[in-house]
Amino acid sequence: MGSIEKQIRDTLSQALDPVRMEVINESHLHAGHAGGTPDGSGETHMRVRIISAKFDGVGRVQRHRMINELLKPVLDEGLHALALEPAATTDKVRW
Amino acid sequence: MSMNDFIDNEVKNNNVVLFMKGTPDFPQCGFSGQVVQILDYLGVDYKGINVLADDDLREGIKTYSDWPTIPQLYVKGEFVGGCDIIREMFQAGELQTHMSDAGVEVKAAS
Repeated sequence: MGSIEKQIRDTLSQALDPVRMEVINESHLHAGHAGGTPDGSGETHMRVRIISAKFDGVGRVQRHRMINELLKPVLDEGLHALALEPAATTDKVRW
Repeated sequence: MSMNDFIDNEVKNNNVVLFMKGTPDFPQCGFSGQVVQILDYLGVDYKGINVLADDDLREGIKTYSDWPTIPQLYVKGEFVGGCDIIREMFQAGELQTHMSDAGVEVKAAS
Protein backbone atom coordinates (compact mmCIF):
# COMPACT_ATOMS: atom_id res chain seq x y z
CA MET A 1 0.00 0.00 0.00
CA GLY A 2 1.35 3.42 -0.96
CA SER A 3 1.65 6.24 1.54
CA ILE A 4 -1.14 8.30 -0.06
CA GLU A 5 -3.48 5.32 -0.07
CA LYS A 6 -2.69 4.72 3.59
CA GLN A 7 -3.27 8.39 4.43
CA ILE A 8 -6.64 8.30 2.67
CA ARG A 9 -7.66 5.05 4.37
CA ASP A 10 -6.62 6.18 7.83
CA THR A 11 -8.25 9.60 7.54
CA LEU A 12 -11.58 8.38 6.19
CA SER A 13 -11.77 5.33 8.47
CA GLN A 14 -11.37 7.51 11.49
CA ALA A 15 -13.70 10.31 10.45
CA LEU A 16 -16.49 8.49 8.61
CA ASP A 17 -16.59 5.05 10.24
CA PRO A 18 -17.26 3.39 6.86
CA VAL A 19 -19.39 0.29 6.48
CA ARG A 20 -17.24 -0.52 3.47
CA MET A 21 -14.44 1.29 1.68
CA GLU A 22 -12.21 0.77 -1.33
CA VAL A 23 -9.24 2.97 -2.14
CA ILE A 24 -8.05 2.23 -5.65
CA ASN A 25 -4.85 3.45 -7.24
CA GLU A 26 -5.71 4.16 -10.88
CA SER A 27 -2.41 5.85 -11.70
CA HIS A 28 -1.41 3.09 -14.09
CA LEU A 29 -4.41 4.04 -16.27
CA HIS A 30 -2.91 7.50 -16.73
CA ALA A 31 0.68 6.61 -17.63
CA GLY A 32 2.16 9.30 -19.83
CA HIS A 33 -0.97 11.48 -19.59
CA ALA A 34 -1.32 14.89 -17.98
CA GLY A 35 -0.69 14.63 -14.27
CA GLY A 36 0.46 11.04 -14.49
CA THR A 37 3.96 9.69 -14.37
CA PRO A 38 5.65 8.43 -17.56
CA ASP A 39 5.30 4.79 -16.57
CA GLY A 40 2.14 5.08 -14.46
CA SER A 41 3.91 4.30 -11.21
CA GLY A 42 3.30 6.25 -8.03
CA GLU A 43 -0.02 7.59 -6.71
CA THR A 44 -1.29 10.37 -8.97
CA HIS A 45 -4.86 9.24 -9.62
CA MET A 46 -6.88 7.76 -6.75
CA ARG A 47 -10.49 6.56 -6.55
CA VAL A 48 -12.37 6.24 -3.26
CA ARG A 49 -15.52 4.19 -2.87
CA ILE A 50 -17.07 4.49 0.55
CA ILE A 51 -20.33 3.59 2.27
CA SER A 52 -21.00 5.45 5.49
CA ALA A 53 -24.02 6.27 7.63
CA LYS A 54 -22.63 9.79 7.79
CA PHE A 55 -23.84 10.22 4.19
CA ASP A 56 -27.42 9.20 5.00
CA GLY A 57 -29.73 12.04 4.04
CA VAL A 58 -26.82 14.13 2.74
CA GLY A 59 -26.80 15.48 -0.82
CA ARG A 60 -24.21 14.50 -3.43
CA VAL A 61 -22.28 17.76 -3.47
CA GLN A 62 -22.13 17.90 0.32
CA ARG A 63 -20.85 14.30 0.53
CA HIS A 64 -17.99 15.21 -1.76
CA ARG A 65 -17.32 18.36 0.21
CA MET A 66 -17.06 16.31 3.44
CA ILE A 67 -14.46 14.02 1.87
CA ASN A 68 -12.58 16.82 0.11
CA GLU A 69 -12.30 18.69 3.38
CA LEU A 70 -10.97 15.62 5.19
CA LEU A 71 -8.50 14.88 2.40
CA LYS A 72 -7.41 18.48 1.85
CA PRO A 73 -3.88 17.75 3.09
CA VAL A 74 -3.54 14.98 0.48
CA LEU A 75 -4.84 17.23 -2.29
CA ASP A 76 -2.60 20.08 -1.19
CA GLU A 77 0.38 17.76 -1.40
CA GLY A 78 -0.25 17.51 -5.13
CA LEU A 79 -2.49 14.49 -5.72
CA HIS A 80 -3.57 15.06 -9.33
CA ALA A 81 -6.98 13.39 -9.39
CA LEU A 82 -9.36 12.16 -6.73
CA ALA A 83 -12.47 10.35 -7.95
CA LEU A 84 -15.15 9.85 -5.29
CA GLU A 85 -18.05 7.44 -5.02
CA PRO A 86 -19.64 8.17 -1.63
CA ALA A 87 -22.77 6.17 -0.77
CA ALA A 88 -25.27 6.31 2.04
CA THR A 89 -26.16 3.05 3.77
CA THR A 90 -29.50 3.10 1.93
CA ASP A 91 -27.95 3.56 -1.53
CA LYS A 92 -27.59 0.72 -3.99
CA VAL A 93 -23.98 0.22 -4.97
CA ARG A 94 -22.41 -1.93 -7.67
CA TRP A 95 -19.06 -2.68 -6.11
CA MET B 1 -12.21 42.55 -14.02
CA SER B 2 -10.90 40.17 -11.35
CA MET B 3 -10.75 36.45 -12.05
CA ASN B 4 -13.57 35.87 -9.59
CA ASP B 5 -15.74 38.43 -11.41
CA PHE B 6 -14.89 36.82 -14.75
CA ILE B 7 -15.96 33.40 -13.49
CA ASP B 8 -19.08 34.78 -11.82
CA ASN B 9 -20.01 36.55 -15.03
CA GLU B 10 -19.62 33.38 -17.12
CA VAL B 11 -21.57 31.28 -14.62
CA LYS B 12 -24.45 33.74 -14.32
CA ASN B 13 -24.76 34.70 -17.99
CA ASN B 14 -24.74 31.23 -19.51
CA ASN B 15 -27.37 28.56 -18.85
CA VAL B 16 -24.91 25.68 -18.78
CA VAL B 17 -21.17 26.17 -18.26
CA LEU B 18 -18.52 23.47 -18.06
CA PHE B 19 -15.11 24.39 -16.70
CA MET B 20 -12.88 21.71 -18.12
CA LYS B 21 -9.39 20.74 -19.19
CA GLY B 22 -9.25 21.17 -22.94
CA THR B 23 -12.23 22.01 -25.12
CA PRO B 24 -15.45 20.11 -25.93
CA ASP B 25 -13.89 19.23 -29.30
CA PHE B 26 -10.61 18.19 -27.75
CA PRO B 27 -10.83 17.33 -24.04
CA GLN B 28 -7.41 16.94 -22.47
CA CYS B 29 -8.49 14.93 -19.47
CA GLY B 30 -10.59 11.79 -19.20
CA PHE B 31 -12.86 13.20 -16.52
CA SER B 32 -13.61 16.35 -18.52
CA GLY B 33 -14.17 14.16 -21.57
CA GLN B 34 -16.78 12.07 -19.74
CA VAL B 35 -18.87 15.13 -18.88
CA VAL B 36 -18.60 16.41 -22.48
CA GLN B 37 -19.90 13.05 -23.70
CA ILE B 38 -22.85 13.15 -21.30
CA LEU B 39 -23.81 16.73 -22.21
CA ASP B 40 -23.50 15.97 -25.90
CA TYR B 41 -25.60 12.84 -25.44
CA LEU B 42 -28.32 14.81 -23.67
CA GLY B 43 -28.18 17.43 -26.39
CA VAL B 44 -27.98 20.52 -24.22
CA ASP B 45 -26.30 23.74 -25.33
CA TYR B 46 -23.37 24.54 -23.09
CA LYS B 47 -20.29 26.66 -22.97
CA GLY B 48 -17.00 24.86 -22.39
CA ILE B 49 -14.26 26.92 -20.76
CA ASN B 50 -10.71 25.60 -20.93
CA VAL B 51 -9.00 26.12 -17.57
CA LEU B 52 -5.66 25.03 -19.04
CA ALA B 53 -5.63 28.29 -21.01
CA ASP B 54 -4.96 30.33 -17.87
CA ASP B 55 -3.31 29.37 -14.57
CA ASP B 56 -5.27 32.03 -12.69
CA LEU B 57 -8.51 30.60 -14.04
CA ARG B 58 -7.43 27.06 -13.16
CA GLU B 59 -6.88 28.06 -9.54
CA GLY B 60 -9.68 30.64 -9.46
CA ILE B 61 -12.40 28.15 -10.32
CA LYS B 62 -11.37 25.97 -7.38
CA THR B 63 -11.74 28.90 -5.03
CA TYR B 64 -14.95 30.17 -6.61
CA SER B 65 -16.87 27.01 -5.80
CA ASP B 66 -14.70 25.73 -2.95
CA TRP B 67 -14.26 22.59 -5.05
CA PRO B 68 -10.75 21.21 -5.52
CA THR B 69 -11.12 19.38 -8.82
CA ILE B 70 -11.97 19.94 -12.48
CA PRO B 71 -14.31 19.51 -14.37
CA GLN B 72 -17.07 21.58 -12.76
CA LEU B 73 -20.57 21.93 -14.20
CA TYR B 74 -22.84 24.91 -13.53
CA VAL B 75 -26.49 25.10 -14.50
CA LYS B 76 -28.35 28.42 -14.27
CA GLY B 77 -25.67 29.89 -12.07
CA GLU B 78 -25.58 26.97 -9.66
CA PHE B 79 -22.76 24.46 -9.14
CA VAL B 80 -24.07 20.96 -9.86
CA GLY B 81 -21.00 18.79 -9.51
CA GLY B 82 -17.83 17.30 -10.91
CA CYS B 83 -17.36 14.23 -13.07
CA ASP B 84 -18.47 11.63 -10.52
CA ILE B 85 -21.63 13.49 -9.52
CA ILE B 86 -22.61 14.28 -13.12
CA ARG B 87 -22.12 10.64 -14.12
CA GLU B 88 -24.15 9.37 -11.16
CA MET B 89 -26.94 11.85 -11.85
CA PHE B 90 -26.95 10.95 -15.54
CA GLN B 91 -27.11 7.23 -14.82
CA ALA B 92 -29.98 7.77 -12.40
CA GLY B 93 -31.85 9.94 -14.91
CA GLU B 94 -31.56 12.90 -12.53
CA LEU B 95 -29.41 15.09 -14.74
CA GLN B 96 -32.07 15.24 -17.44
CA THR B 97 -34.65 16.19 -14.81
CA HIS B 98 -32.33 18.75 -13.28
CA MET B 99 -31.83 20.42 -16.68
CA SER B 100 -35.53 20.39 -17.51
CA ASP B 101 -36.50 21.73 -14.09
CA ALA B 102 -33.98 24.53 -14.54
CA GLY B 103 -35.55 25.42 -17.88
CA VAL B 104 -32.68 24.10 -20.00
CA GLU B 105 -33.75 22.44 -23.21
CA VAL B 106 -32.73 18.79 -23.52
CA LYS B 107 -32.75 18.00 -27.22
CA ALA B 108 -32.02 14.28 -27.15
CA ALA B 109 -34.66 11.63 -26.54
CA SER B 110 -34.38 10.64 -22.89
